[in-house]
Amino acid sequence: MSATTLSFRQRGTKLLALREASIVVVALVLVIYFSVVNANFLTGPNLQTLSQFIAPSAIIACGEIMLLICGEIDLSVGQIFALAPFIMAFTDHAGLGMFVGFVFAMIVSALVGLINGAITVLLKVPSFVTTLGTLFLINGFTLTVSKGYPINTPGGQTMANIFGAAGYNEFLWAILIVVIMHMVLRHRRWGLHTIAVGGNLTGATEAGINAARIKIGNFMLTSMLGGITGILEAFRIGSTDPLAGGTNIMFLAVASGVIGGTSLAGGSGTIIGGLIGATVLGVLQDGFTLQGINAFTFDMIIGAAILIAMIANIHVGRLNRGGRS
Amino acid sequence: MSTEALRAADITKNFGNISALSGISLHVNKGEVLGILGDNGAGKSTLMKIITGYHKPSSGQMFINGEAVTLTSVDHARSLGIECVYQDLALVNTLPIYHNMFLNRELRNRFGMLDHGAMRKRAAAALDDIGVQVPSVDDEVAMLSGGQRQAIAIARAVYSNAKILLLDEPLAAMGAREAGLIIDLIQRQQARGDISIIMIMHNYAQTLEIADRIMMMQRGTVTFEGNARDTSVEALLDIVRREYRAMRAAAQ
Repeated sequence: MSATTLSFRQRGTKLLALREASIVVVALVLVIYFSVVNANFLTGPNLQTLSQFIAPSAIIACGEIMLLICGEIDLSVGQIFALAPFIMAFTDHAGLGMFVGFVFAMIVSALVGLINGAITVLLKVPSFVTTLGTLFLINGFTLTVSKGYPINTPGGQTMANIFGAAGYNEFLWAILIVVIMHMVLRHRRWGLHTIAVGGNLTGATEAGINAARIKIGNFMLTSMLGGITGILEAFRIGSTDPLAGGTNIMFLAVASGVIGGTSLAGGSGTIIGGLIGATVLGVLQDGFTLQGINAFTFDMIIGAAILIAMIANIHVGRLNRGGRS
Repeated sequence: MSTEALRAADITKNFGNISALSGISLHVNKGEVLGILGDNGAGKSTLMKIITGYHKPSSGQMFINGEAVTLTSVDHARSLGIECVYQDLALVNTLPIYHNMFLNRELRNRFGMLDHGAMRKRAAAALDDIGVQVPSVDDEVAMLSGGQRQAIAIARAVYSNAKILLLDEPLAAMGAREAGLIIDLIQRQQARGDISIIMIMHNYAQTLEIADRIMMMQRGTVTFEGNARDTSVEALLDIVRREYRAMRAAAQ
């Protein structure tokens, strides 16, 4: 039967070509542009800085992409980003050590995800509203427990280096998480059911898929990724700041996913696309910083760049589909 | 009767004070196609949901292969070979055909990873076997026509070993050519002899064409039951008109 003549590998390549090619082109054009206008762009130290721009949004994008695919969003993830390293630090200050601190931070992150998911799924509050509420709630909580002051991130230099302070380590963590999440989305039932729940909620439920479990699980996953990213950044910077992360990192993560081809309407998306989306945003941020562009102008440029990237992405995608059928 | 696949005896269903079904009995034999006709509100959907285990009847008894059963859930009904193809099709548009064929019954390798290759191969073979033609099992369902989608949904139910297949308006909103494909598909399943099909229908002529037996429902009761070849669209419409006249007279 002709249905099986294409091998999986060919098929995969073809899909990649369709879904992510346009945004890869955008990323490459940006890299070429910045390396032409600024000789420092493609140098070791700058690539390291660039990798640090990309890593946090790429990690959080993995969670937001899973949520967007199953038809939800988490606006509060940037506040977990700020809270998690405080929980780790306070646990360490209490004499329980960094490891227990990390475990506690993950438990609290997972709990916040559970609350986000339960309110959204069981009490039927749209996730946009649920997580807007928890956004303020967690932010207030973090400011209260920290009294609004940053503290030094505990742990020695070795630990800090492993968890993101040295070289490309934070980026390597991001790549590891991206690879794992890509496998989860494409090669595990969890990922397939996440797509099914977002693509046809009634249909997925009729097929016996527990949609509540999938959604709540993805909320917990996103919160935990937010917590992990906050901890990595706290190690990298050496300071645990109650105002770190916030809506900025959340919007960057969502934008990374959407630029990478994840549909806001649910039912489709790719983790690799999210990584490329985060790269595009990182290149823009880093490139314009090198250029010495004014911070006010910078936001306008980022905004315009997101719009242009999205328009290009959607329409190149449409051309591809038109050419296929 | 050894060939009887399903019997529902004197089924009633009340939702609060409202009686949706007041004493419905039906049966379907192995390899038989039963067409259920009736207006909106006749109780067809409620009856379907009782047979699929979604609703529990207020009273009455179900028998499968002659044995009394009390369905506790949709999964329970499914484990007994009762599959339903709903109008909304339960297909995920953004997934390829082969993932839809195996939705929530995915094949996995020994590492617990999805076995895409095996699912692709088996889906293609199953569709071939059931007689559904698609360009490629890798195509997203969104790219298919309504008829193709219905065919995939039916094929999925058949492939999952349905013994009693319920079809909720399988020809709704379909052009003549598409409907023809689905009618062919239903008739091929009928010819196998081991699957019983219960279809909910609106179109009298199409129902007479496919079904072996017809059951007509109005306001929660059966108003006609008989062999398709012994009746006609006119005769069925006569019954409906008579019922309406009686209803109007009763209301005055």
